[in-house]
Amino acid sequence: MIRIWAIIERDLRRFRSSPTLMIVSMVMPLMQLVVLGYAFGGKVKHLQLGVLDQDHGGSAIKVRALAQAVAANAQTFNTVQYDDQAAALRDLRVGKINGLLEIPPAFSRKVMAGDNPRIALVEDNTDQFAASALEGSINQMLIPYNRPPVPARLTADATLSVVEVYPYVPYIQYLLPGTIVLAIFVSAMIGGGIIFIDDKARGLHEGYLVTPIRKVELILGFNLAGAAKAILSGLVLVTFGSIIAGIPDPLNLVRLARLMLLVLVTSLALISLMFLLMVRVSDPLVPRAIFGVLNTVLFFPSGAVYPIQAFPPWMRFITTIDPFTYAVHGFKQIILKNTGLMAISGDLAYLAAFTLISMVAATLLFRRTL
Amino acid sequence: MGAVEVENLTKRFGDFCAVDHLNFAVETGEIFGLLGPNGAGKSTLIRMLTTLVVPSEGTARINGFDVIKNPNDVRRSIGVIPQAMTSDLDLTAVENMSIFAKLYGIPREKRRRAIDALLRAVDLEQWRDKPVKMFSGGMRRRLEIARGLVHEPSLFILDEPTTGLDPVSRVAVWEMLESLKRQRALTILVSTHYMDEADKLCDRVAIIDHGKLAALDSPLKLKASIPGKNILEAGFSSVPPGWEETLRALPDVADVKAEESVFRISSNNGPRTTTALLEAVRQAGLTLTSLSVQSTTLDDVFVHYTGHQLRDALKESVQYSSSFMYEPKQS
Repeated sequence: MIRIWAIIERDLRRFRSSPTLMIVSMVMPLMQLVVLGYAFGGKVKHLQLGVLDQDHGGSAIKVRALAQAVAANAQTFNTVQYDDQAAALRDLRVGKINGLLEIPPAFSRKVMAGDNPRIALVEDNTDQFAASALEGSINQMLIPYNRPPVPARLTADATLSVVEVYPYVPYIQYLLPGTIVLAIFVSAMIGGGIIFIDDKARGLHEGYLVTPIRKVELILGFNLAGAAKAILSGLVLVTFGSIIAGIPDPLNLVRLARLMLLVLVTSLALISLMFLLMVRVSDPLVPRAIFGVLNTVLFFPSGAVYPIQAFPPWMRFITTIDPFTYAVHGFKQIILKNTGLMAISGDLAYLAAFTLISMVAATLLFRRTL
Repeated sequence: MGAVEVENLTKRFGDFCAVDHLNFAVETGEIFGLLGPNGAGKSTLIRMLTTLVVPSEGTARINGFDVIKNPNDVRRSIGVIPQAMTSDLDLTAVENMSIFAKLYGIPREKRRRAIDALLRAVDLEQWRDKPVKMFSGGMRRRLEIARGLVHEPSLFILDEPTTGLDPVSRVAVWEMLESLKRQRALTILVSTHYMDEADKLCDRVAIIDHGKLAALDSPLKLKASIPGKNILEAGFSSVPPGWEETLRALPDVADVKAEESVFRISSNNGPRTTTALLEAVRQAGLTLTSLSVQSTTLDDVFVHYTGHQLRDALKESVQYSSSFMYEPKQS
């Protein structure tokens, strides 16, 4: 035990004397949370919508008036009036407008005749988010347009009533669980990957290997020291991240205790994964070269930024074995739904089993000689 | 039982034989030097003795424990200072030592006493709570020496402890080692490529070249074992045919080696040979371009037993040096 503690003590004393490292591993993920949260979270506003009226009839005027109303109220788009189709399409191609609402010449007559009237939306579909926002907004706009002037008192139309179980979750809150796991992972990458391999290359490990320390003591020492640093990052993210993201009652002690348990188990799982990957590596370039990719391969399939259900089957395989998935799921349950530990018992069990298997494998693979 | 007993010890990296069937023993209580250029196999030998590298062939016993069968007993009985400076720069002297004491499982009170005594012994008492990054190279080496002795080993193994230090620090490190050896009844195994160090401080020296043992004895006996008591190095403006034979025929000459127009003459009587040499030069109508007369050194011993100069071997070995700690793998 005293030997394991010696390794942990050495690592933590070095960590304490390196404030830059502490700031990098704690503050950077917070910045990432804010930037990503606001980059993806907001509603799309002030798109440029060209309106080309080739009809000028009463019905066309009604469509244009509705478009003006959206521009004035929801502000999803601003309208730009066009008389010339060629000019409008040219502006669409050069990006001056995001879409063109075209009212064809015989539109009003067809409305009067009940002859399947159509208006067209020509959209710049290189930007999927802007295109679907325009489409959604104009579809919504057409609902009141199509409503009969005198609605029937009784209707057979089925309508959908949505009941939201939880308070509204802005994107920044949806992103918080993934960001916490990412912060823990960054600490694990720095502590368990880069520093570990640099120490090895500098010959520091030679100092350990000439002492009578056992393999399992070394692996436990390295893992626990790395986990201690990752836990610090995790706790900073859990508290400050919750406050920044506007989670209700962020300092609730019961919830914080549950989160601490999950931070601990996640840290151990990710640091043990890192040591398993690095146990036979001696070239300091290797961790630096693979970490960018590793980050992507583990973070994105976890469902931290996009629903798992949208992934192709091969990616769902990564999702199934990826410890990130379980950690992110656990944090989502506690942070967004404020559930108890029972709801995340499966996540905790997977992460604990993952830690155990990784540590045993790393111990078996660890070489006591140079 | 010797402190170190090595039999047929061999290490191959692929086709390259770094250590080639070495046999020697280190007696308890002596300072034993391994002398040779970088790449001679000294570090690989030390790593095998300290259980860091598994031998390809042969056996080594440290204080009676086999390095392969009882590695943990070996580790407990030796203190090791690797070639690289491995102290943590951000930690203080005491913290560095305390962590190593814990790695050896030494209990708190004993740990505290051992650290105090050793920091006093290496003259770093006033620096005990200062971070190691404030230390000079020599101070860091002294701290590492103290660190290596924190568990009171009987055998102390140091891999080139003075490489990279300035001359004053080198002397300080050696004086410290000598005094620690006296106080603690240590056996010391040390590698170096400094001839003067090996000469002055080692009780016995093993000359290692290309992984093989070239010679082994006390520095005095090694110097006495080669022909000549003085070495004359003479350069000539030109070399007439049969000049080497002329030089060999001079009084008291034991051996002559030629390197282009510079001749290395081993003599049993320096002054007589020098006088005769000057007369021979005058008679042949030559001019001396350089002349030096030295007593025999371990450098001459090295040349005699290996056939080349240590400084040349050092140049050759540059290609093997690596910033990493691992032995270069030869293709």
